Amino acid sequence: MSAVTPLADHYAGVFADLRKALPGRQLPWLEAIRERGMAAFTELGFPTTRNEQWKYTNVRQLTKHTFAPAHGAVRSTLSSGLDQSWLPDLKTHRLAFIDGQYAPELSAPQGLPDGVKLSPLSLALQQSPELLEEHLAHYAHGGANGFAALNEAFMQEGAVLQLADGAVLETPVHLVFVATEHAQPVWQTLRNLIVAGANSQAAVIETYVSAGKSVYLTNTVSETVLGQGARLHHYKLQEEGLEAFHVATHQVHQGRDSDFESHSLSAGARLARNDLNVGLAAEGANCRLYGLYIGGGRQHVDNHTRIDHREPHGTSRELYKGVLGGRARAVFNGQVYVHPHAQRSDAEQSNNNLLLSGDAEVDTKPQLEIYADDVKCSHGATVGQLDENMLYYLRTRGIDEAHARALLTYGFAHDVVERIPLAPIRENVERLLMAQLPHADALDDELVGELT
Amino acid sequence: MTLLSVQNLHVNVDGKAILKGISLDVEAGEVHAVMGPNGSGKSTLAHVLAGRPGYEVIEGSVHYDGRDLLAMEPDERAREGVFLAFQYPVEIPGVNNSYFLKAALNAVRTHRGEPELDAMDFMQLAREKMSLVAMPNDLLKRSVNEGFSGGEKKRNEIFQMAVLEPRLALLDETDSGLDIDALKTVAEGINALRSPERAILTVTHYQRLLNYVVPDKVHVLANGRIIKTGDKTLALELEKHGYGWIEKEVAAA
Ligand SMILES: Nc1ncnc2c1ncn2[C@@H]1O[C@H](COP(=O)(O)OP(=O)(O)OP(=O)(O)O)[C@@H](O)[C@H]1O
Ligand SMILES: [Mg+2]
Repeated sequence: MSAVTPLADHYAGVFADLRKALPGRQLPWLEAIRERGMAAFTELGFPTTRNEQWKYTNVRQLTKHTFAPAHGAVRSTLSSGLDQSWLPDLKTHRLAFIDGQYAPELSAPQGLPDGVKLSPLSLALQQSPELLEEHLAHYAHGGANGFAALNEAFMQEGAVLQLADGAVLETPVHLVFVATEHAQPVWQTLRNLIVAGANSQAAVIETYVSAGKSVYLTNTVSETVLGQGARLHHYKLQEEGLEAFHVATHQVHQGRDSDFESHSLSAGARLARNDLNVGLAAEGANCRLYGLYIGGGRQHVDNHTRIDHREPHGTSRELYKGVLGGRARAVFNGQVYVHPHAQRSDAEQSNNNLLLSGDAEVDTKPQLEIYADDVKCSHGATVGQLDENMLYYLRTRGIDEAHARALLTYGFAHDVVERIPLAPIRENVERLLMAQLPHADALDDELVGELT
Repeated sequence: MTLLSVQNLHVNVDGKAILKGISLDVEAGEVHAVMGPNGSGKSTLAHVLAGRPGYEVIEGSVHYDGRDLLAMEPDERAREGVFLAFQYPVEIPGVNNSYFLKAALNAVRTHRGEPELDAMDFMQLAREKMSLVAMPNDLLKRSVNEGFSGGEKKRNEIFQMAVLEPRLALLDETDSGLDIDALKTVAEGINALRSPERAILTVTHYQRLLNYVVPDKVHVLANGRIIKTGDKTLALELEKHGYGWIEKEVAAA
């Protein structure tokens, strides 16, 4: 008997109980997607390390728990007492979600210009079902793994952002997902969709935080479609609690001459897995993917990225850095796939890891697969400790060892951090980085913002 | 007063004997030059004095201001007023030059019982010292030494020295790689530091620096030993005749 069966039974049971309460139940096409997802999960179960894509990320810690849907849980009266440190000092159009439900009292989407629509998924399913039918679950692959499958089946809430052709959104959109304290393990299944018309522009921030310390699972999938010449800056800030499990996919589909820039920070969660897949699906599409992952204690953080150069003249730039202390474990897998037709593709990828302790570990695997002949591709990966020479140099100037180590760690991450164009987000990331540094108290608060 | 006293210093690096019995006294107020062929141990001596980890002191002692220098951590030595201008300054990507130097200065000031400087006061001081060594302002905004030209790195070392105002400055080939004008400004920077309480030990291959920074003593280091000590005229002789004649003299003795 497969170990998966009782789990599959459990989630099939939950699905049967819950499906009437899930949004969009009046839409047959969505029902079909949900059923497809449930069927895929029944077949796949949760991934095991025998699966090449999950070789270094063992989800046994996670599958030990049977998660109940956070949906329907009594929403705490936390809105007033909620720690709002995740709110950057930044004017945004904000949608907030608590335990996977829309929280209008924490949201402030007002002031959107013409041609821009931002609404919770549940509302969008009522108001613009055609848009959703056209795009939802068309890019992310529910059969990719058990989590993606469950997400299709249970997708509960999230944000839908629609930009008409030429719409320019000056103020960023901020999507905040808060998980609260629960007596037993719960999950939240989030689904976002960004559809950016030709030559539209926007910035979207996804923030994931915990308001409690309990065990839960965030299963989130975002899909982004960029029309011709559209430009999107996307930020993903994962700062969940140390008992949380976070599994995320962002699937990006780029049109001709479109431009996508991603900044991903993974600082929280006991186990975090991010899949970022970018399809350069038309000529001249560009993407830049930047990532910083920070781990300590027994945290496990896995970033899988895949860039598909499908058509000629696409460029991709990727830089991910990891800072790992304690017994933390990180995985980086960066796949760049240049399809036969994609001549003049230009791809650069690098992944650098800094180990702050002898017990931290990294598995890094750049993977270039090139089936076109006229391309420029490079990749590199490093894993190292703090440089003894640099440490010595700083110390010969009177800076004590703890301060010197913190400063060098900070310096290591700096070239990822400095690329964040939004200053308040950059400063938040700097603070999160400092919070993880073993000797951060040695650093001057003036450091935040000063190094950039 | 003897600021630095090195007695019979033997040092191994990776199990290999590099310094083989160095003795040297530097009085406060003095400038000493250390010259000698490539690989003779000049930088090793400078790094041992600065506290580089991994150097094994086999024998001998070093006293700084009457205290056991070898017992101190490198950062402690720096806070006590020892400064090494590196032959090869280290590039530190991602660490801003100005933040770095302010942190260093405040560490030193705190140690001296002086109040820390805030960002504004620091910038004022930094500007003053930068003009002293004719260092372009934008170098302060960049990462420490990253992408600096050879000469810019050397200027940055002297700039740091000017800000930190050490009592014992160890200058390891600070004159190498400088153009003629830069050499002059750097020499002025060094001379500005000279005072009756301070001392300078400068490693150099060339007389040109010593034209500006006139030494009280010149030591010749060869194969891990000081084989000759003289006054400033020794450097002139070395410039003319190289090291061969001393080595012969030593062999004959
Ligand atoms: N880790 C090491 N293992 C073995 N030998 C070493 C090591 N480090 C330095 N040395 C040797 O020690 C000797 C002295 O080196 P040092 O750098 O002190 O010379 P130097 O006098 O400063 O030379 P230069 O004029 O070229 O700067 C050299 O022969 C060098 O190769
Ligand atoms: Mg040398």
